[in-house]
Amino acid sequence: MNGHLKRRPVLIPGQRPWLGFLLLAAVLVAVPFVAALGGQAWVRIANFSILYIFLALGLNIVVGYAGLLDLGYVAFYAVGAYTYALLASPHFGIHLPFWVILPLGAGLACIFGVLLGAPTLKLRGDYLAIVTLGFGEIVRIFMNNLNAPINVTNGAQGITLIDPIRIGDFSFAQTSTFLGVSFSGPQKYYFLLVALALLVIVVNMRLQDSRIGRAWQAIREDEVAAKACGINTRNIKLLAFAMGASFGGIAGGVFSAMQGFVSPESFSLMESITILAMVVLGGMGHIPGVILGAVLLTGLPEALRYGIEPLQRGLFGRMIIDPESLRMLIFGLALVLVMRFRPAGLWPSSQRRRELAESAD
Amino acid sequence: MVRHQRLVAESLTMDTLLQQLINGLTLGAVYALVALGYTMVYGIIGLINFAHGEVVMIGTMVAFTVIVFFAGSGMPPLLILGVGLLVSVVVCMVLGWALERVAYRPLRHAPRLTPLITAIGMSIVLQNVAMLIWGRNYITFPPMINKQIYEVGGASFTNVQVAIVSLAALVMLGLIYLVHRTRIGMAMRATAQNPHVASLMGVDINRVIAMAFIIGSALGAVAGCMVGSYYEIAHYQMGFMLGLKAFTAAVLGGIGNLAGAMAGGLLLGLIEALGAGYIGDLTGNFLGSHYQDIFAFIVLIIVLMFRPSGLFGERTGDRA
Repeated sequence: MNGHLKRRPVLIPGQRPWLGFLLLAAVLVAVPFVAALGGQAWVRIANFSILYIFLALGLNIVVGYAGLLDLGYVAFYAVGAYTYALLASPHFGIHLPFWVILPLGAGLACIFGVLLGAPTLKLRGDYLAIVTLGFGEIVRIFMNNLNAPINVTNGAQGITLIDPIRIGDFSFAQTSTFLGVSFSGPQKYYFLLVALALLVIVVNMRLQDSRIGRAWQAIREDEVAAKACGINTRNIKLLAFAMGASFGGIAGGVFSAMQGFVSPESFSLMESITILAMVVLGGMGHIPGVILGAVLLTGLPEALRYGIEPLQRGLFGRMIIDPESLRMLIFGLALVLVMRFRPAGLWPSSQRRRELAESAD
Repeated sequence: MVRHQRLVAESLTMDTLLQQLINGLTLGAVYALVALGYTMVYGIIGLINFAHGEVVMIGTMVAFTVIVFFAGSGMPPLLILGVGLLVSVVVCMVLGWALERVAYRPLRHAPRLTPLITAIGMSIVLQNVAMLIWGRNYITFPPMINKQIYEVGGASFTNVQVAIVSLAALVMLGLIYLVHRTRIGMAMRATAQNPHVASLMGVDINRVIAMAFIIGSALGAVAGCMVGSYYEIAHYQMGFMLGLKAFTAAVLGGIGNLAGAMAGGLLLGLIEALGAGYIGDLTGNFLGSHYQDIFAFIVLIIVLMFRPSGLFGERTGDRA
């Protein structure tokens, strides 16, 4: 009797879940070393895929769970990045440690999220989209121009020589050796990023089935009905915005430290759109799907960058089509084709797939 | 410093106001035409057609190619311009139709965000196709009309500006006639109200939606030619910001509403021009005219705070 009331993990008979986890862990550990065989550039690409997983899962809270279309997500990422850049670089001569700045950046981004959300959350779907888009552009334009009369952001040149993440004397930017294994800077960041990504995945999973998560889903499906059920829709929506924004802020801080350089160029609307595309392409509201989307959309352009030039040379003996534009062309076509043949995303949750199948009948 | 500010303030007198109003009107006419393309599509199928800005860009580029092709032929310049406009309108109509047919129609019953991502994908594709054809550099439009400058009360305007504003007005009148006085217009209005019922009444929904794309793209092509002849410059990325502003204009007026898109476009043009002219003055030179682009968005946010469905939008329930 009481056995039925307790919540048990759902196991598929005949499968050993720990084996899967072990395999996944082994792959995660192996990635930076395998990637390093092709040069440190590939480790950096791996790092960026994880950073984008982080961002995409943050946006997933807003778009996937709460169903609020946010086209200015990159603004929060920018706030986090600039917070880190200004407080840990020679620009102002301030060098605070990362464990002070990252929470500060997350907090600031959260405040920005509430500032944007509070007046606009009564807007319906597409109106909200355009307002968030405008907000993202406003933030970017300010970062581009706040170098006069007081030089705050150093304008379009951006801020350079940003401190790497450092714990005591242990810097994430240098190569060091543990237990006879040499770790390069990017490889060390890789493990930091994996830890952060695991954190955000756990948060996402816990949120999904929590009271708040179910409230978000209720709002997404039918806001009026959710309100009638006693959900304080305004506060719950604000919470989604604030949480998504905080994740963006943390990701921005890590980005800043990892790159050592930020400029407004990194925070264009195209960036917001790419992150949104990761969420939708992978499968909105479904964590493994979003992760897949982030990895694919970071990896595909890079793979194309390295693949197109040799391919053209091999086929035609010279460059016929400008590789950069061909790369973007393929990227755009991939978005169109995936959406055409898998409208719910590459890896949608089983529930969503069922809903779609029902509505098609 | 104070003295400098006073000098700047004195130079911003009435003739600046008039000048900025004229510039704003020109810009607003272009925004309004592009905004109509967004609003027609949105009104009927509820899709933000992100690729519309790119259609406008292609319109500019095609007009450019045609004009350059005929420039040395000895034809009268006005005829060349007319041919350029015509060809660009036809190309864009075909493009708009193809976009709908290939990219959006298969997704009509897909989740709401799916066609949005498709639209973004098509926008990227069109931009890069344009870059492959016309290159990544700025293109200068050959001057076809002898520019004449008229002076009124200290402000000046050119015959190009006059042509832009009057052509835009003409095209918009034509659209209003089409939507309110013809059979296809009636079908469009019916579909916008309720596609299902409209189809029961014998309206061919597919045809109506295709028409919305075709007409919207034609208006976009006209706007593209205007932008080209006004700034005398074109670039493969120009459609993005233009499209964004026009979409903002459409939302400002209440998306899905034709009159709203026209009013929103004009309003946005005026706000931008006035904002760029006066921002330095208003903020004591703290913020300069390079903040021009933020006016559109700040006004948008403020308007939507008080009128969540735009200035002329109906207060409807949530469609999604």
